[in-house]
Amino acid sequence: MTALLEVSGLTAGYDGVPVLHGIDLRLPAGTICAVLGANGAGKTTLLRTLSGLVRPSAGRIVYDGAELRDVSVPHLVRRGLAHVPEGRGVIAELTVEENLRLGGLWRRDRREIRRGMAEVYELFEPLALRRKHLGHQLSGGEAQMLALGRALVARPRLLLLDEPSLGLAPRIIAQIMGLLRRLRDDTGLTVLLVEQNVRSALSIADEGVVMSLGRVVAVAEADRLAGDAALRHAYLGF
Amino acid sequence: MRRSTLLRHLGITALAALILFVLTYVLDPFRDYQLATAAAYLCAAAGLTVLTGLNGQLSLGHGALMAIGAYAVALSQNRFSAHGVTALWTLPVSLAAGVVTATVCGAVIGVAAARLRGPYLAGLTLVVAIAVPAMATVFGGVFHGDQGLSVWLPPVPAALGENFPFEQWQAWLALTAALLTMLLLANLIRSRFGRTLRAVRDNEVAARLAGISVARTQVLAFVVSAACAGLGGGMFAVLAQSVSPSAFTLTLSLNLLLAVVVGGLGSLAGAVWGSLLLVLLPYWTDALVGRLVLSPALHQRLAGNLPLAIFGLLLIVVMIAAPGGIQGLLNRAGRWVRGRRPGRPARRAEPFAQEAEPPAPAASRT
Amino acid sequence: MDRFLFLTVDGLSRGAVYAAFALALVLIWRGTRIVNFAQGVMAVATSYAAYSVTGATGSYWAGFFVALLAGLVLGAVVERVVMRHVEQAPPLNAVIVALGLVLVFQGGLGMIYGSQYLPLPTPYSRVAMTVGGVPLLSRYDLFVFGTVLALMLSLALLFTRTATGLRMRAAAFEPQVARLLGVNVGGMLTLGWALAALVGALAGMLVIPTGLGLHPTAMDLVFVSAFTAAVVGGLDSPLGAVVGGLVVGLVLSYVGGYLGSGTTPLAVLALLVVVLLARPGGLFSAAQARRV
Repeated sequence: MTALLEVSGLTAGYDGVPVLHGIDLRLPAGTICAVLGANGAGKTTLLRTLSGLVRPSAGRIVYDGAELRDVSVPHLVRRGLAHVPEGRGVIAELTVEENLRLGGLWRRDRREIRRGMAEVYELFEPLALRRKHLGHQLSGGEAQMLALGRALVARPRLLLLDEPSLGLAPRIIAQIMGLLRRLRDDTGLTVLLVEQNVRSALSIADEGVVMSLGRVVAVAEADRLAGDAALRHAYLGF
Repeated sequence: MRRSTLLRHLGITALAALILFVLTYVLDPFRDYQLATAAAYLCAAAGLTVLTGLNGQLSLGHGALMAIGAYAVALSQNRFSAHGVTALWTLPVSLAAGVVTATVCGAVIGVAAARLRGPYLAGLTLVVAIAVPAMATVFGGVFHGDQGLSVWLPPVPAALGENFPFEQWQAWLALTAALLTMLLLANLIRSRFGRTLRAVRDNEVAARLAGISVARTQVLAFVVSAACAGLGGGMFAVLAQSVSPSAFTLTLSLNLLLAVVVGGLGSLAGAVWGSLLLVLLPYWTDALVGRLVLSPALHQRLAGNLPLAIFGLLLIVVMIAAPGGIQGLLNRAGRWVRGRRPGRPARRAEPFAQEAEPPAPAASRT
Repeated sequence: MDRFLFLTVDGLSRGAVYAAFALALVLIWRGTRIVNFAQGVMAVATSYAAYSVTGATGSYWAGFFVALLAGLVLGAVVERVVMRHVEQAPPLNAVIVALGLVLVFQGGLGMIYGSQYLPLPTPYSRVAMTVGGVPLLSRYDLFVFGTVLALMLSLALLFTRTATGLRMRAAAFEPQVARLLGVNVGGMLTLGWALAALVGALAGMLVIPTGLGLHPTAMDLVFVSAFTAAVVGGLDSPLGAVVGGLVVGLVLSYVGGYLGSGTTPLAVLALLVVVLLARPGGLFSAAQARRV
C-alpha cells in the first residue's frame, strides 16, 4: 500500500519557538491513524503544519507522491486535503446549507457540489432537517456533524480531524467514529485523527502514533497499543 | 514617586530652561517665533502622547480642545482690556481660564468617551473636532464666526528694555508653559497614576481585577491631556494675537496626532521631536517650493498642501515600518551603541522618555 | 407643513447617500475590523477624477462611470499596498494609517486641483417637482434613490446568492476556517475594499453636487454623518447602516432646516453622543454569536 502521506524530520513552531521536533510519520492510503498524547504534545500543531496553516522550519512533507514546498492552503484543499480544526470551525453566522456549500466551493462543477451536499444530508439526517438554521443555533453534536460534513462535501482523500469528540455525548461520539470507519471501508478515505478520547480513537484506528513534547515516542498497531499496558500507562494515562 | 526622581526632573527642567533662555538670545526674532510655536504645540502634544500612548485612548479632537483654550484666553484678555486692566498678570490669569475651560470640556468628553473603545472613541472625538469650530459660527455673537477675534495682549514688560523683540518675549512665555507642562507630565508618568494609566492600556480586565477603576482612569487621563491642550491653545492665541475657526480645523487634530506618532507615541521626548517637525516641515517645504520658479498662485497651492501630503506619508510609513517613531529609533540606536561598549554600565534611560522603548502600537504580531 | 414635507424628502435623499456610505463602512468593518477613516477622501478623489473626465469629454456619464471604476481600483490598491500591513496589527495602527491616507489625499488633491470649490454637475434637475400643488421630489432625488437602491440590491444579491459573496462572508467571519476551506482570504479582503470604495465613490458623486462643491474636505461632514449612521445602526449590521443612514439624514435635515445649517455638525455630535451613551454597540447590535 503506497503511503498517501509521508513526513520526515518535520520541525515547526510559532514565533520562533519550536513545537514539533523532527516528526516522522507514514500514513498509508485508506487507513485511519490516531494521533494521541497529552496536552501540549504538539498534536494540533502537527495537523496545522500538514494543512499549511503553519510553515515548517525544517523537514519534508510528501503528499500523494509530490513534495509540498511552500504550498498554499487553498492549493492543498484542491488536492484533496481537508482539515477540520479544533473547535470545529463552524461559521456561526452562516446557515447549515451555506457552511456545507463553502466546503465544496473550490470545485467548479455545481452539480458536483450539489451531489456532495446531498450525500452529506443523507449521512447526517439532523443536518438535512436544519438546512436553514444558523451555525450558532446547532447543538454540539450537530455542529460536529456539520464540520465533518463540510469537509466531506469536497470528497477529500485525506481528512485531518482535530479532537472531534470534544464536548460530545458518548452516543454521538460512537456515531461519528462508526461513520469514519464506514467511510474508510466504503470509500477508501484516509484519516489522521487527533484525539484525547483514546479508547474511541483506538477502536477504529488501524495505527496509533503517540506524541510527547513535540516528538513521536511510539508507533504501533492500534490493537497493540490498546493492549500494551506499560505503553498505555506511560503515555496515555490509563 | 521618589524624591530623587522629582529632584532629577527639576534639575533637568532648570537646565533646559537655562539653555533655552540663552537660545532665545542667539536666535533671530523669526526663529524665536518658530521656537515659540513649537513650544505651544508641545504643550498639547505632550498631553496627547500621554493619553494615546500611555493610556491607549485615541483622540482626534485635541485640536478642538486647543480651540477652546484659545477662545477662552481671547475672551478673557479682551474682557480685561475692555475694563482697562492692562497689567501683566492678566496673561497668566487668562491662560489659567483657558486651561480650566478646556479641562471642563475634556471632562465632559472624557465621561462620554469612558466606555468607548477603538474606532468608537476615534469617531466621537472626530465629530468633536468638526463640531466645536462650527460653534464659532452658531454662536456668532460671542465668537464672531469665521472672522474670529483679535486678542489683546499686555506689552512686553518695560524692565526688559525698549527694543526687546516681541517674538523673544512670546518665546519666553511659550517655553515657560511648555517646560511647566513637561515637568508636570514627567512627574505624573513616574507616579502611581502613570502606572495605572499603563495598566489600563495594557489589560483592562487585569487592571479592574487589581482594583483600578478603569472609567475613572480614562476620564482623568482625558482631563489631564485636555488641560495641556487648553494651555497649548491659549499659547496659540498669544502667539497669533488672534483666534479664528480656520486655525483649529480637523487638520490641527490630525497634525497633533502625527506629531506624537512620528515623534514616538508615549514618549515625552517624542512629543518634542514631533512638535519641532510640525513647525519645521512646512517651513522647509515652503523653502523647497520657493526654489522652483512658479506663479504665486501655484506656489500657494503647493506650499499649502505639500506639507499635508508629506505628513500623511510619514504617518503611514512610521506606523508600518517604525511604530516607535523617532524616539523609538533613537532608543534602538542608543541601545546598539551601548551594546558595542561592554565596559560601560547601562545608564538609565532619559528621564523624559519611557523606561523602555515607547511600547505603543506594537509592531504586527501574527 | 410644506416645509416639513420638503425637509423630509430632502432628509431621505441625503439619508440614502449616508446609508450607502455607512454600508461601505460596515462592509470594511465586518471584513477587517477596521473603520476606514479614509473612505471620505477616497470618495472625493474619485469625484475629482470624474470632474476631470467630464471636463475633458463634456459628458457627465463618462465622468460618473470613471468615478465608479476609479473607486474599485482605488479600494483594491489601498488595501493591497497600505492596509494589508496593518490588518493584523492592533486596531490603533489601522486608524492612524487611515488618517495618514486622509492627509496624503487631501494634500495631494489640494496640490493638483487647488482649494477653491469646483462645481460638480448633476445629470438631472434639482428643482422639486410639484405633486398636488406641493413641491416634493426633484428628478435628482429620484436619481439618488434609484441608484442607491439599485446598488444595495446588487450588493445584497452578491453577498447572499453568489459563491463569491459566500466566500467573502466566510473570509470576514472566520478567516482561518475559510482558509482551510480553500478560500483566498486575502483576495476576498481586497475585493471587499474595492466594493466599499465603489459604494463610496457613488455616494460622493451623489452628494457633492448638493453641497458647496468639490474640495479636498468636501466629504468630511458626510463621513462623520455616515460614521454616526453606522454607529447608530451598529457597526456589524448592514441593515442597521441603512436605517441609521436614513435616520441621520432626516435628523440633520430637520435640524438644519429649522435651526440653521451651521448647526448640523453639532446635531451630528449630539446624536452620536446620545447613541453611544445609551447603547455603545449601536441600536441593532446583536448579541455576540456563540462559538460552536
